[in-house]
Amino acid sequence: MEPRALVEQAVIPCLQVILVVLLIPLVIAYLQLVERKVLGFMQARLAPRRVGWHGLLQPIADAVKLLIKEDTIPARADRFLFTLAPIVSVVPALLALAVIPIGGVPFTLFGYEVRPYIADLDIGVLFLLAVGSLGIYGILLGGWASNSKYSLLGALRSGAQMISYEIPLGFALIGVMMLAGTASLVGIVEAQKAAGWWYVAPQILGFFCYFVSAVAETNRIPFDLPEAEAELVAGFHTEYSGMKFAFFFLAEYTNMIVVSALVTVAFFGGWLRPFPNVRALDWLENGWVLLVPLALGAFFGWMVDQRVGGGMRFLFVGGLLGGLIGFGIGAADLFGVATASAPQLAGAFWFGLKVSFFLFAYIWFRGTYPRYRYDQLMDLGWKWLLPMSIANVLLTGLVLLLRGGGAS
Amino acid sequence: MLRTEEMEINMGPQHPSTHGVLRLILHLDGETIAGMRPVIGYLHRGVEKLAEHRTYAMIEPLTDRLDYVAAVSENLGWCGAVERLMGVTPPPRAEYLRVVLAELQRIASHLLWLGTHALDLGAMSVFFYTFREREMILDLFEAFCGARLTTNSMRIGGFLEDAPRDWLERVRHFLKIFPGRMKEYEDLLTKNRIFVGRTKDVGLLSAADAIALGVSGPPLRASGVSYDVRKATPYSAYPEFEFDIPVGKNGDTYDRYLVRMEELRQSCRIIGQALDRMPDGEVKAKVPKYIKPPPGEVYHAVESPRGEQGFYVISEGGEMPYRVRFRAPSFGNLQALETMCRGQLVADVVAVIGSIDIVLGDCDR
Repeated sequence: MEPRALVEQAVIPCLQVILVVLLIPLVIAYLQLVERKVLGFMQARLAPRRVGWHGLLQPIADAVKLLIKEDTIPARADRFLFTLAPIVSVVPALLALAVIPIGGVPFTLFGYEVRPYIADLDIGVLFLLAVGSLGIYGILLGGWASNSKYSLLGALRSGAQMISYEIPLGFALIGVMMLAGTASLVGIVEAQKAAGWWYVAPQILGFFCYFVSAVAETNRIPFDLPEAEAELVAGFHTEYSGMKFAFFFLAEYTNMIVVSALVTVAFFGGWLRPFPNVRALDWLENGWVLLVPLALGAFFGWMVDQRVGGGMRFLFVGGLLGGLIGFGIGAADLFGVATASAPQLAGAFWFGLKVSFFLFAYIWFRGTYPRYRYDQLMDLGWKWLLPMSIANVLLTGLVLLLRGGGAS
Repeated sequence: MLRTEEMEINMGPQHPSTHGVLRLILHLDGETIAGMRPVIGYLHRGVEKLAEHRTYAMIEPLTDRLDYVAAVSENLGWCGAVERLMGVTPPPRAEYLRVVLAELQRIASHLLWLGTHALDLGAMSVFFYTFREREMILDLFEAFCGARLTTNSMRIGGFLEDAPRDWLERVRHFLKIFPGRMKEYEDLLTKNRIFVGRTKDVGLLSAADAIALGVSGPPLRASGVSYDVRKATPYSAYPEFEFDIPVGKNGDTYDRYLVRMEELRQSCRIIGQALDRMPDGEVKAKVPKYIKPPPGEVYHAVESPRGEQGFYVISEGGEMPYRVRFRAPSFGNLQALETMCRGQLVADVVAVIGSIDIVLGDCDR
């Protein structure tokens, strides 16, 4: 193999893997801060603001606390499995990130071609489903190895719940694969570009089934029975502390990111801008140049508002300033003074925006809904989501057949 | 055939959703409750015995600590009992102020119940919303008597002092904003499919069972029995106000929720009437400095937020009562827990405990 190909096909993916593994804990730490801030906003309270400016260093403090905390193993627990469980839980979650494409267009760095994903598997969707269902072993093992009744009950609930919801999860994605004619995640996005619409439009039922099942699969409210603190203390991770607990935590949030990314890729056109085929909206491709400074300005303005407490004055001022800066960059780009056009960055922006929206939806649910009961959860999964997702597959097949068969 | 056995699981006394130090020994068949045994007494302080060695005025702070989330109702009951024993009638302004305080306390207590009940079911935000409003009521108490929880607000024969100058206006302000805030809670819960699914037909209690087990208060009314001490044996200024007693149909957790929500509205209605017709004048009747009720006995009951709170006092004519007996509504309501929970799932136990709204300080005394 010539050295160039070696670097492009082996060294760079390895570096990407290291980057993802290093970056994800940090991203999750801050995702958790965002969650606490958003929940605080929804619940008429302030959320962390002691450590660092507006609590911006809170995640670091939390991480340090978890690291130096005593790592206890209950006396009668199975020590080997007890240690193994958090690892089994976090590795598949991180593994799933390998096939998530942030953009579609490769870019060059120091003369080498870098693709904005680690791997583009032909069976990407299947890989995600397969890896995703491995995580449950961690939970079952952890709950069993703790040798505690609460942990065991929590783990059993988890097991039943995740297995039940994996089926509609898979069926919901079949519709997308039928439309796209491929199971590669990059291929699915490209098919949406070719088709000219996001698959959420023809697959609205599939999207609904997928997202509900995915929330259940990640054990979040309103489906967070395994860790229902009101009944089971903390479910399967009752006995865990320190870094072992942090690993379960990491796995849960990584799964949230994976699910949000997969929704984005499969139903919301991945890195494509809204209405990818409407020429009149071409400016949206670089719309991020305007939108990002605007949002940042408004956000910082809002933070100042919170501190000063004077209505929403600074929010508007900040938004206006940011908007002007963005407008300036955009105008400079338009008149050829400078170039801000980079399809890779635009793709990453749209992808990030959509993923953020679904992550926000997770937090939103948490601020709004009560929790399902175990049997109601099973009812919902087997009696509603499963038939609906199967109907969706049949319906998609029928439409494809009537339109002349084959993938479109 | 697999060998199956019931699992015995211990819930509490440090469990997050047993609302205090209640311990439940659950027998589980899978996740179904096959049996349950409440273990109480972790908060027993011997208040009734303590009361035998206190003067009548010194017992009032003890009543604060019975039902510590509804101290005003306890104060009202104790003062009412001693006043009846002595044949003293507080002046009308004092009675009206007492009603305002007691109904504010009912709202505060129901808000605490609503928040924790919703939190037990996983709805987090309601908890913060209700505490925001409860905080306003506690601020009102603080302005009135200096304390927020253990108010010790009343004196035998009325009050120590009149309400602070703009206090009644502040209560009116609270009444103005509270209905809007109640809509916020109801938007999140009343028609929420998950909430209804978690509470409807859960923890059923028939009217006959409720009466047989000595249940009182909202759980009794939710089972369809229209019994409210404020109407049945009126005390203080309650006969002068118009209000309805909300009654449920099925006696399930959802009905108990609806009954309490309606009680919040009725409490606002009573406070509104009391503010509109607030009489002027003294707030304390002529009471001797050393309270020595004539020999005799009295049973005086009030409708606390949790149910019928009774005070049975025997006097031998001395400075201290011969014997005091507190009828705790939480104790009676807790008796119904097993009837309500049998055959339900573990998750329902949490919903049912939340819906009977026990306070262990009240139950254990």
